[in-house]
Amino acid sequence: MSRFIPNQNEHREKMLREIGVGEFGDLLEPIPEKYRLKEKLQLPEPISELGLNREFEEFASRNTGAELACFLGAGSYDHFIPAAVDHILLRSEFYTAYTPYQAEVSQGTLQAIFEYQTMIARLTGMEMANASMYDGASSAAEACLMAMRSTRKQRILIAGSLNPRWQDVIRTYLKRDDFEINEIPFLDDGSLDLETAGKLIEGGTAAVLVQYPNYFGLIEDIQPAAELIHGSGGLLIVAADPVALPLLRSPGDAGADIVVGEGQSMGIPMSYGGPYAGFMAASAKLARKMPGRIIGRTTDRAGQTGYVLTLQTREQHIRRDKATSNICSNQALMALANSAYLSLMGERGFREISSQCYHKSHYLEKKLLEIPGISRLFSKIPFFREFVISLPVSSIAFRDRMIEHGILAGLPLVELGEGAMLVTVTEKRTRDEIDRYAMAAAEICGGGTS
Amino acid sequence: MKTVFEISSPGRIGVSLPDLDVPATSEIPPGLLRENGGKTGLPEATEGQILRHYVNLSTMNHHVDKGMYPLGSCTMKYNPKLHENLARIRGLSGLHPLVPDELAAGSLELMYRLGEFLCEITGFEGVSLQPAAGAQGEFCGIMIIKSYHESRGEKQRNEILMPDSAHGTNPATSTLSDCVVVGVESNEYGLVDPEDLKRKVGPLTAAFMLTNPNTLGLFESRIEELTSIVHEAGGLNYMDGANMNALLGIAKPREMGFDVCHLNLHKTFSTPHGGGGPGSGPVICSEELARFLPDPVVIREDDGSIRFSRNQDSFGRLLAFQGNIGVLYKAYAYIRTLGAEGLREVSENALINANYLKSKLADYFDNPFDNGPCMHEFVLSGDRQAKLGVRTLDIAKRLLDYGFHAPTVYFPLIVHEALMIEPTETESLEELDTFVEAMVSIAGEAVEKPYLVTDAPVNTPVLRLDEVKAVKDLCVVEPVDKGENI
Repeated sequence: MSRFIPNQNEHREKMLREIGVGEFGDLLEPIPEKYRLKEKLQLPEPISELGLNREFEEFASRNTGAELACFLGAGSYDHFIPAAVDHILLRSEFYTAYTPYQAEVSQGTLQAIFEYQTMIARLTGMEMANASMYDGASSAAEACLMAMRSTRKQRILIAGSLNPRWQDVIRTYLKRDDFEINEIPFLDDGSLDLETAGKLIEGGTAAVLVQYPNYFGLIEDIQPAAELIHGSGGLLIVAADPVALPLLRSPGDAGADIVVGEGQSMGIPMSYGGPYAGFMAASAKLARKMPGRIIGRTTDRAGQTGYVLTLQTREQHIRRDKATSNICSNQALMALANSAYLSLMGERGFREISSQCYHKSHYLEKKLLEIPGISRLFSKIPFFREFVISLPVSSIAFRDRMIEHGILAGLPLVELGEGAMLVTVTEKRTRDEIDRYAMAAAEICGGGTS
Repeated sequence: MKTVFEISSPGRIGVSLPDLDVPATSEIPPGLLRENGGKTGLPEATEGQILRHYVNLSTMNHHVDKGMYPLGSCTMKYNPKLHENLARIRGLSGLHPLVPDELAAGSLELMYRLGEFLCEITGFEGVSLQPAAGAQGEFCGIMIIKSYHESRGEKQRNEILMPDSAHGTNPATSTLSDCVVVGVESNEYGLVDPEDLKRKVGPLTAAFMLTNPNTLGLFESRIEELTSIVHEAGGLNYMDGANMNALLGIAKPREMGFDVCHLNLHKTFSTPHGGGGPGSGPVICSEELARFLPDPVVIREDDGSIRFSRNQDSFGRLLAFQGNIGVLYKAYAYIRTLGAEGLREVSENALINANYLKSKLADYFDNPFDNGPCMHEFVLSGDRQAKLGVRTLDIAKRLLDYGFHAPTVYFPLIVHEALMIEPTETESLEELDTFVEAMVSIAGEAVEKPYLVTDAPVNTPVLRLDEVKAVKDLCVVEPVDKGENI
């Protein structure tokens, strides 16, 4: 038997006797003979703990992208993670527990997630938050469904300046004949085309969804969009970057009804795309329309404070086909990573991270603009952490050349032009790395248009 | 316990950050700045205080590393420690999801191989590792099925048939997928009634969604008949693979007539549940359906290189990136550690452990569907105790006092006062016997000292909590005026 199975043959025999069967095969009696496998599965021979370690080191060594200085963002970011976060996540008490169905023996998870909800609500400027969704994109999609449920309108307008991968996910979740999704274009300066939005809204729109800062890193005032959609009885959904929020006006203050976002930037490694954690916050009046788990505070029989899963009549295990969502498992441990991270960073630390992202990205932008032929797209609008440059060479070729310099330069946005590239600078990039980026870029672009 | 906000005091910090090493050359226009002087209301505490806070919180949790967790349908088995280290190797955890494929060759190969393993285990040909959890896997599977019908000009097929014992996610998924739920009755043996299925299928049938073994822990013995009925009506068969821990190396869903299924890596394949996630719910399907899989899929090129690809007929994308990759690494490690024989031993021992408990508890609790061996779990009824005024909820809470997590309760809905028990293969005979002693003792208490059960739990960090009050006086965030710095 493997190192995971304690019962040896003698135990098995004793147990089979108690069950009242002669041999294990008798327990398979309910499975029709024809379906019982006669051959063993075709899988590689078992490997030892030591061997598996080597195999994984080998896999990891072939991920050469992990060794480069990362200026790539677009929804996943290379931020600093304090060591203490992982020590908290590696507590068996947290990571080997299930969903807190038995509240009396799950107070650790429940209180931690209650605190997570509080932090998300405060950061976004909203009245409440749920216990997490799969990722930012699916959280945005669920927010659209939630808006349609609560307004009883079936049209959603999404900003064209929303991350295209998120747009795809929303289209998947809303793929029904009776739902309508329209895109609000962005103007030449990268800002939302409010005039077109105003026309598209007419005739009943459940929600407008904007990204803040938008996919191109641009910081837009979202209040006009809020006023526009509220004027027609719909909701404003904001897909917010949490790292920008210590500096920027909170979506709640600007009029958002639902705020969603990706929690990866707050203590979760990039890990090739997951596991991450979507967050969802909302105004209190929407609480009963929310998808997913929500933790609430209550008291026990002795009057002590305690925490439970609450508003469960929204959920699939009670309401079945009438539930607000089919979500069951969420990303609880990743939400815990978010709250551990935010607790450690605290009021001052998180603002400092935000501020350094802002200044370092502007430092690189300034250095790049000194190189002939490089300009910034949408340069009239301020940006946070990411910006789009226009290169005198193809952005794909530029990206590939930069890899030779040990740099992941960004994401080519060929839909904006052959030389367009989305560049990200987090607090983790040193001045030296940023200077190297600029020097390599000057070298590559030095030959003029190629 | 105090909240993290209550231990907060202005000026404290839990991290040491480097000074800004570039000149600050630009400022955000004042009109865009955060309100309230920039305050966010995040806690302010030292690293030591934060650690102590979370460690103290953690000690209030029951968890697999502490004791048995016989939560039916959740497969709470031991989570190997090595796997946590592997997923944290810098070359894996530090990889950005949008790097060019050739810079991610290791992760892509690992994903490709995991996909092959899952196909071999289930008998299918197509796989997506993207779904983040079982419920998203269900959504993925139903979207594939809808795409299939649409491609054949049968878009009208929008009925999803499922037994009354189905997991709650199944009907919720149907609604999310814009389909209609059609219930199929279970017979007196707790199995799907083929006659009722025959009555319910028709030209609107999109799919039959079945958990096998079902949620009573019983194998659907007439599975061939069931899947054939659906196929003959032009529908497809979807298997909810939540209970796959019973079938590793024992039987393959594909051979039973299923067209698509999802697996829960956080159940069958030992990846930890994390207090409610992250999970991972890969979807595996027939070759015919593979062209509808979500975007992106992992493919091997003729030259042997592995890369992401997009199917022309894909129904779309489920997540911003390619799935809960860190979870996939752990499932891969599990399968590599065990191999074919080790996986079969998993299911064999899961079955033996469940049948042993069922047999040992037979005299003390009702079992309305005890017609022979169960698979990896079984469902008792607390009806006998309920007549004494002791509900299943009370029994569950009393088990907490004995140091066990409770079974899944009040599910499936077709059993009164249900107690769904799944021991998993990683529990020893000695541990199972201790659990039996606790259950027998509680059965005795229900007769002799029922207040011990109805007052339970008493040995837990808090006593029984008032869920009604939690809804009535809804409080889901710490109010801003309490212990505050905002």
